[in-house]
Amino acid sequence: MQNKSPKHHVFESMERCRKHRRRILEISQGVSALHIAPAFSCLEIVDTIYFNLMRRNADAHSDDSFILSKGHGSMAQYVVLESLGIISKDDLDLYSKPGGRYATHPDYGLPGIEASTGSLGHGLSLAVGMALADKVAKIQRNVFIVLSDGEMQEGSVWEAMMLAPTLKISNIIAFLDLNDFQSFGKTSQCHPNFYPIVDKIKAFGWECKEVDGHDSESISEAVQARVGKLPCMFVCRTTKGKGVSYMENKPIWHYRSPNLEEYNLALKELEA
Amino acid sequence: MRNTFANTFYELAKNDSRLFLVAADISPVASASDFQSNFPERFINVGVAEQVMIGVAAGLAARGCIPFAYTISTFAIYRPFEMIRVDCCYQNLPVKIVGIGGGITYSTLGGTHHSQEDIAVMSAIPNMTILAPCDPNETVEATKACINIPGPVYLRLGKAGEPNLTENAPDPFVFGKARCIKAGTDCCFLTYGPITQMAINLAARIEEQLGHSVAVFSIHTLKPLDYDGISKILKKFPVVTVIEEHSSIGGLGARVKEIAWDSGATCKLNSFGLKDDFIHFYGSQDELRSAHGLDPESIYQCLLTHFR
Repeated sequence: MQNKSPKHHVFESMERCRKHRRRILEISQGVSALHIAPAFSCLEIVDTIYFNLMRRNADAHSDDSFILSKGHGSMAQYVVLESLGIISKDDLDLYSKPGGRYATHPDYGLPGIEASTGSLGHGLSLAVGMALADKVAKIQRNVFIVLSDGEMQEGSVWEAMMLAPTLKISNIIAFLDLNDFQSFGKTSQCHPNFYPIVDKIKAFGWECKEVDGHDSESISEAVQARVGKLPCMFVCRTTKGKGVSYMENKPIWHYRSPNLEEYNLALKELEA
Repeated sequence: MRNTFANTFYELAKNDSRLFLVAADISPVASASDFQSNFPERFINVGVAEQVMIGVAAGLAARGCIPFAYTISTFAIYRPFEMIRVDCCYQNLPVKIVGIGGGITYSTLGGTHHSQEDIAVMSAIPNMTILAPCDPNETVEATKACINIPGPVYLRLGKAGEPNLTENAPDPFVFGKARCIKAGTDCCFLTYGPITQMAINLAARIEEQLGHSVAVFSIHTLKPLDYDGISKILKKFPVVTVIEEHSSIGGLGARVKEIAWDSGATCKLNSFGLKDDFIHFYGSQDELRSAHGLDPESIYQCLLTHFR
């Protein structure tokens, strides 16, 4: 993978994410509802972390960790794990069905899942604890974590934001999926003091940079260019429902499965 | 109990690098400062931030560490309740939550500092273990027991200065087992935590004034509760009395009544606990207990009716 040109990487990532989106839509046809739009929002981020950034398969004690703190985006993680062979097709076909193991929110202990999330505001504290354990044990290992912008309204996130630099933790690489949407509508309208977010993150002692959250190359480059002496958070500008025109920025697709007609329309948009 | 916990923890942690102390700006004093000096990387003060205290502890535990999260009991379990439920219990990670000032220890600090329903709340969460030692000796045993329990634990402690009550206990401390700490044959008390002293004093008074032989059991493990042991006690003794510094809702008294019903017990069964009320009363711990109706005289008078 190291020998391929950056452009090739970008093409591969785009191809994978197109297939990921089709797979998520396929699974949506077997269940009454799943969080499509939140998964589409963070899909390139999750794919880039697993395929370009994480150290995996070194050994159990030094593999990098991944926490999807916005647990409702689980489909993004599941399809990436499936494409890596960590989740089997049979397992994912049973998504949210009797006999299945992978459901709407990730469950700790399942292959590929390192934290039970779904209640917002838990992942970052867990990440700080894991990163701290690695630091004390002098193990070179990163903890990757994806948070949502709505999640940043939880006070517990800011407890962890304040603590991480105090503990001199530099092995957390966080991604904020900034799609500017929450249940009540656009964050910029219903919770305007969320902004400016980059300044807030920096003020809490983190290294922070804004990137295009649907551009794998930008994400990878930003991570590789980080100074790395502080915990680091990348504010990723994203579009909720990205990739299917009628889903983009439409709150209803936060938690709804498309009917057959909508499904076929979406697949058409996602053809090669 | 507080100092005993700190000293025991330090002795264990010196030789076990898995142990961390994660405090929320409240220190267990005593040997905790030695631990902080000698193992600063394993002493974490998260600040006045109990949610991250529990979350960080769970993250450490996910990496194979055994963190003890420490602060005043109300802050340890109520503020970060969901972190305890999800991060520790749902994920079944070995986080040991140490709450000091359990019950109404901090009698003059008001309801904000009274953990009068903590056992009920913690008992209801799957995977949680609850330990409430009655004296410093049991605190040593309970702290050691925490290390070998694979999941989360709520360790409910008093404060400083409690006397030892178990020096001559007939039974040893065994995790998960009702422990006879004073032998007797005619009636018995079931209790836990520092209020065990009240049960022991009452036992002595009943023996002296009424001539009945009274046993006292420390129910130091409140979850998992010793169902079989308590069933046997209910069969053996004609009069059984629960004394606890906890709400009558969801505490030991309620559990023992469940067991009595399930096991078809025929003994006389009383339970004394705190009222289901926030009492705006200030004074000593004993005075506040009395204001809740939890005083030795009331209990003695009640028991008299059984012996007539």
